[in-house]
Amino acid sequence: MEEVREQAISLPRLGEPAPAFEAVTTHGVLKLEDFKGSWLILFSHPADFTPVCTTEFIAFAEIYPELKKRGAELLGLSVDSVSSHIAWVRNIEEKTGTRIPFPVIADLSKEVSLAYGMIHPGQSKTETVRCVFIIDPNQIIRTILYYPLTTGRNMAEILRIVDALQTTDKNAVATPANWKPGDMVVVPPPKTQEMAEERVKQGYECVDWYLCKKKL
Amino acid sequence: MACISPDGKPTESGTKMLSALKSGLSSAEEVAKDAGLPLFRVRSGLRELTHAGLANQKGEKYKLSSKGAELLGTLST
Repeated sequence: MEEVREQAISLPRLGEPAPAFEAVTTHGVLKLEDFKGSWLILFSHPADFTPVCTTEFIAFAEIYPELKKRGAELLGLSVDSVSSHIAWVRNIEEKTGTRIPFPVIADLSKEVSLAYGMIHPGQSKTETVRCVFIIDPNQIIRTILYYPLTTGRNMAEILRIVDALQTTDKNAVATPANWKPGDMVVVPPPKTQEMAEERVKQGYECVDWYLCKKKL
Repeated sequence: MACISPDGKPTESGTKMLSALKSGLSSAEEVAKDAGLPLFRVRSGLRELTHAGLANQKGEKYKLSSKGAELLGTLST
C-alpha cells in the first residue's frame, strides 16, 4: 500500500512561547532572545518597494517613539533580501523624509515565516501576509493579527493593544470593547458562588455579578 | 557583520560598544546604557564582537580583549 504523508502546519498560538529564531536583518544577525525583557512587535509585510507596505513602514516609523515609551521594540520581516531591504528603507527616507529606525528580517529561506505561519497560500504562495505578533518580555505570544495583502494595518489599534495588555499585566484586570487608556476596566469575574454574592456589594459599576467595571 | 565593516573597522555602533567596555567587565544592559543603544542591538553586537575576538565573555558579562583595545587605540590616533 502506498504511504501517504501529510505535513501538518501549525500556527503559533496565544499564550505559548514565541518560536525562537536567528535571522539576518538590516541591523545584523538578531535572535529572538536578544529582545528578552522588552515587548516585541514582530510584523511581516508582503514585499519591499510595494505601495501598501511602504505606507505601513512609514506608519510604523511614526509610532516607533510611542512604542519605545512603552518598552516595546519593532521588528519587521519579509522574504526579500537584506540588500532589497536596505535599498527600500533608503528610498523611503529619500522620498518621504521618514527614517526607518527598526530592523527588518530578510527571510529568504522562509524559516521564520513558516515558523510563525506567515505564508497563506490562498493569498500568496511566496510572500508573507500582513501579520503582527505582540510578544511580551517573557517572550510569550500575547496577540496575533493577520491582515490580507490588500489592507494596510491600523497603528492606533496596535498601540491600543499594547496599552491594554500592559494594563492587564499591571493591574490584573481585563479591558472591554473599544477600551482606550483612561477608560474603566473590567474586574475579573467571580469564580465561586460566594464571590458572586459578594461582588455586587463591592461598589463596582456592575451590569450583573459577572460584568463589573472599575476606574484604575 | 553589523558592528564591523568588511574592511575590519568597527562601525559607529561597534565603536560605541567597544568604548563602553573600556570601563571593565560589563553586562549587556550596562553597555546599552553607556553606548546609548537598544539592548537587543547590544546583545547581538557583543556576540559579534566576541566572535571577532574584540571582546571576551565571562559568564553574563563582557570585557575588551587586547585585540579590541588595540583596535580602539588605532581609531583614536
